[in-house]
Amino acid sequence: MADADETSKQAERNTNVGDGIAVKKQDIARAKNEGKELTKDEKQRLRKEKKQQKKNKKDDKGESEHENVPLPPSQAVVQCQSQKVCTSEKPAKSKAEQRAERRARQEADRAAKGKKGESAQQPPSGKSKAPPNELQPVVKRLPEHVQVDDPAAVRKLAKKLERQQIPVRSEYGYKVSLFSHLHQYSRKAPLTQQISIPSTVIHPYIVRLGLQYSQGIVAGSNARSIALLHAFQKVIQDYKTPPNEELSRDLVNKLKPYISYLNQCRPLSASMGNAIKYVKKEISNIPCLCKEEEAKKQLLSCIDNYIKEKITLAATTISAYAIEKISNGDVILVYGCSSLVNHILCDAFDKKRKFSVIVVDSRPRLEGREALRRLVKKGICCTYVLISAVSYILPEVSKVFLGAHALLANGYVMSRVGTSQIALVAKAYNVPVLVCCETYKFCERVQTDSFVSNELDDPDDLMVTRKGKIHLENWQDIRQLGLLNLVYDVTPPDFVDLVITDLGMIPCTSVPVVLRVKNVDQ
Amino acid sequence: MELQAVLMAAGGGSRMMELTYNTHKPLLPVGNKPLIWYPLNLLERVGFEEVIIITTKDVQKMLTPDRLKLDGKMKLDVVCIQLEGEMGTADALRHVQQKIKTDVLVLSCDLITDVALHEVVDLFRAHNASMAMLMSKLHEFTETVPGQKGKKKAGEQRDFVGVDATGQRLLFMANEADLEDGLTIRKSIMCKHPSMRIRTGLLDAHLYCLKRCVVDFLVENKNISSIRGELIPYLVRKQFSKSVNLPNNKDEVEMSQKMEGQTNLEILGSCKDEELLRLTQERSCWNDHHGDMSEAYHGGKVRCYVHIMEDGVCYRVNTLAAYIEANRMVSAPKLIEDPPIHPSAVISECTQVGADSIIGASCQISDKTSIKRSTVGASSTVREKVKITNSILMNGVTVEEGCNIQGSVICSNAVIGRNADIKYCLVGSSQRIEPDGDLKMSRDWPA
Repeated sequence: MADADETSKQAERNTNVGDGIAVKKQDIARAKNEGKELTKDEKQRLRKEKKQQKKNKKDDKGESEHENVPLPPSQAVVQCQSQKVCTSEKPAKSKAEQRAERRARQEADRAAKGKKGESAQQPPSGKSKAPPNELQPVVKRLPEHVQVDDPAAVRKLAKKLERQQIPVRSEYGYKVSLFSHLHQYSRKAPLTQQISIPSTVIHPYIVRLGLQYSQGIVAGSNARSIALLHAFQKVIQDYKTPPNEELSRDLVNKLKPYISYLNQCRPLSASMGNAIKYVKKEISNIPCLCKEEEAKKQLLSCIDNYIKEKITLAATTISAYAIEKISNGDVILVYGCSSLVNHILCDAFDKKRKFSVIVVDSRPRLEGREALRRLVKKGICCTYVLISAVSYILPEVSKVFLGAHALLANGYVMSRVGTSQIALVAKAYNVPVLVCCETYKFCERVQTDSFVSNELDDPDDLMVTRKGKIHLENWQDIRQLGLLNLVYDVTPPDFVDLVITDLGMIPCTSVPVVLRVKNVDQ
Repeated sequence: MELQAVLMAAGGGSRMMELTYNTHKPLLPVGNKPLIWYPLNLLERVGFEEVIIITTKDVQKMLTPDRLKLDGKMKLDVVCIQLEGEMGTADALRHVQQKIKTDVLVLSCDLITDVALHEVVDLFRAHNASMAMLMSKLHEFTETVPGQKGKKKAGEQRDFVGVDATGQRLLFMANEADLEDGLTIRKSIMCKHPSMRIRTGLLDAHLYCLKRCVVDFLVENKNISSIRGELIPYLVRKQFSKSVNLPNNKDEVEMSQKMEGQTNLEILGSCKDEELLRLTQERSCWNDHHGDMSEAYHGGKVRCYVHIMEDGVCYRVNTLAAYIEANRMVSAPKLIEDPPIHPSAVISECTQVGADSIIGASCQISDKTSIKRSTVGASSTVREKVKITNSILMNGVTVEEGCNIQGSVICSNAVIGRNADIKYCLVGSSQRIEPDGDLKMSRDWPA
C-alpha cells in the first residue's frame, strides 16, 4: 500500500508529467489495487518514474514542502480520489478525460495546500529537514533562515508583523551581494520612530530593551539573555488574564509580538532563543486550575532559577574547571570581551594564579578595550594588540581562551567575527584553543560557513574620523562600493581543542550528545 | 503605561503683558490656532491618548474640544489651580501628584515645535535616565518688534549648558544670573568627562521627561518650586555628587536621612535598581566612555540627558518677538495641515492674498485689499483698499477702508479707523484707532 500511496502522491503532485507516464502509473496503481504482483517491467517503469519525479521536484521546489510533514487526512482524500480515477478509467483514454483527471488532481493539490497553509510553516530550504531522532518521535521545528532577497519571504514576514501590530524596520544601504539575504539596519533609524510614544501595543520594558539592543547598550550573549528574562519578568508582573482566557495560552500569545519586536530591533541570539523556549514551556505547563497570582509567582521564580542555574552557577562551574587549565606563568590570549572569559580570568587571579593576558581587539567594535579595562582594574598584567598582530604575538602565547555566542550541533563554534582567524593561527602555531560556553547556548542549528546565517551591523560604523575628516563619509554615492560589517563567524571543530561547559570539559564533537541529553531531560 | 503627559498652562505670560492682559497666554492665537493647540497637537501626533493640563479656571472654560479643534480623541484632564499664590511649575506638579503613576513628560503650553519626540524619549528609555530634556539652537529674531526702538538690550541672561563629547549627556547647566564671579566646574566632573562642550546659544524648550522617583522626590521636598529654575539644575548637579555608600542595612541609612529632613534622591533612585539590571550591566560589554577605569556611567545612578535640535522649528512663545516670529513660521506646512486660507472666509476677487498669509474662519476680505505675509484672525472684517503687510491681526478685528498696516500686531476686537497708517505698532485688545491716525512704533494698550 505504501507504494500506491507514493505513486498517487506523485501523481497528484506532478501535473506536468506526460500523459503516457500518467497512464502507465494508473495502470500500475490499478494492478496493485487488484492485488496482482508487479512484473519486472512494471517495477522498472516505477523506478524510472520515481527518478523523473525527483528531477521534476528539483525544478519545482515550492512543491517540496509537501514532502516533509505527513498529512493523513488530505492524503487519504487525495488517495481515494486518485483511486476513483484509476478504477473508473479505460486503458485508452481520450484527451478530455485525461484533462479532467488532471484537473481533479489539481483540486486535490489545492485542498492539500490549503490545509498545509494553516498548519506550521516549514522552512523553504530543503536542507533544514530535521533529522529524525530516535529518542524523540516529534520532528523539531528549526529556526528559519533569514531570506531578505526572497520577496515571498519578505511579504510573509510583513504580513505576520502587520497582524501583530509591529512596525517593519526598513533596510539601509547597499548590501554586499554575498550577504544580500540578511537584514541590514541603520542605528540612526530606530524602530521607536514608528511606534506611538507611550507605547500601548508593546510593553514599555520591551521597548526599552529593544532600544538597548539596537544601540548596543546591552551587548554580549549573556547580558542579552539576562536582560530579556528580566523584561519578561516585568511583563508577567504586569499581566492580567483577560476574561474567558487561560493564562497558560494567552500569555504565550502575548509574548509573541514582543519577540517579533525584539527580533526586528536586533536578531535574536541562540541563547535568547533557548531562554524563550524555556519560558514558553514553563508558561504552557501552568495547570489551568492555578490562580493568577500563584501562577505569576511561580513563573517569576522559574525565571530566577533559570538565570541562577544556567548563567550564574554555570559561570562558577566553568570557572572551577577552567582554573585547572591555567598554570603559573601562563600567557593567555583572549579575544574581544566575553563576560565568561573575563569571569574565569578574574576568578583565577583571585585564586592566586600567576599569569598574564594578551587582549586581542578588532574594529569596528573595539570591545577589547572593555575587557582590558576590567582585567587591569582587577590587577592582571595585560597586553593589548589588534587582530592584525596576532601572528606576531602568538609565539609568546601558551593558551587561547575564547568565548562563544553559540555552539552548533555539528561542533562548530559561532562567535564574534575574527574568532575563527585566531583559532586558525593558533592551530598553526600549535597553541591550544579552549572555548568556554554555557550549555544554554547550545543550539540545534547546523552551519559550516559564516554566510548562510549571520548578522549585518550598521555599515556606518566603519566610518572613521581622523584629524577632523570623516573617511568614507559619502560611501553611498559610490555605486560600486559596499560596506560590510559582519558580527559573527563560525570556527570549525578541528581548530578547537576543548570546550569547557558546566557539564564538564568536552571535545567539540560531543555537542550533539549534550543536546540529546538535554532534550531527554526536558 | 509608559509615560504620562502633563501640560503646564497656568503661566501668566509676564513678558508679554501687552498681549496677555486680556487674552490668557494658552489661548493667544498663533496662525489662527490657540497657542495651546501646538503642544497638544504634538502629543497627539506622537500617540498620546491622555493629557493632564494644569491651568487656571478662566482658561479651563475655553478648553473644550471643538474650540481647540483637535481632530483626535485625546482625553484632556484639566486641573485647576489658583493663581493667587505664586505657584511654580514644581508646585503644580506636586498638586497633581496623585494622578501620576508612571514616568512623566512635562511640557509648557507655549512650545511650538516639530521635533521628533522619540529622540528625547529614546534617550530617556535607553539609558534609564532620571531626566531627559529638549533644547534647540537659538534662532535670531529678524522681525522688527513693534514698539521697540533700537536694538534689543541684552536683557536676556545667557544659559550655559555643558554637554559631553557625544553631545547627549548633560554635565553642567547654569544661568548667567547665578554665576557671579565666573563659571566654576567641579574637578570631579572634569575627571569623569575630560571633554566637555559648553554652549550658550541654546533655547530650553521646557520639555522634560522625568522619572517617577523624581516626582516622588519633589513631593518630599516642598522647597523646590520651579522645575526649570531649581529641579533641573539640582538633578544635573546631583549626577556628580559623592555617592552615598550604601551600607548593608538600608533602614539605617533611611533613618539617618530622615533625621536630616531631606530624602536623598539616590536612595529613592537606587531602590528601583534591581539585581538583574545590575547583572546585565556587569555582563554587557558596553561602556559609555573610554579611557578611564570606571564602569559605564561612572557608576552614577542619576543621569541627565539632553537632545539638542540643530534644525527644525522650535519656539517658546513667551515674548512679543517670539510671538511674531512664531506666527511667521507656522505658515510652514510641517506644523499645520489645514489650508492657509480657511474655507469659510469670504474673499472677494480683486484682493491679493499672498501665499504665506493665513486667513481665519468667517473672515470678510473686501475688494482691492492686499495681504502679504500676514495672519488675519477669525471673524475679522477687512474693508476695501487696505494694505496689510507683515502683520498679525487677531480675532474679531475690524479694519476700515484705506488703512495701511505694516509690521504690526493688532489684538482681538480692535477697530482701526479708516485711512489709518500704522507701522510697527501694537494695538491692544478692543482699542480703537481714530481714522486718519498715523502711528509708528508705538504700543497702544491700556497700561
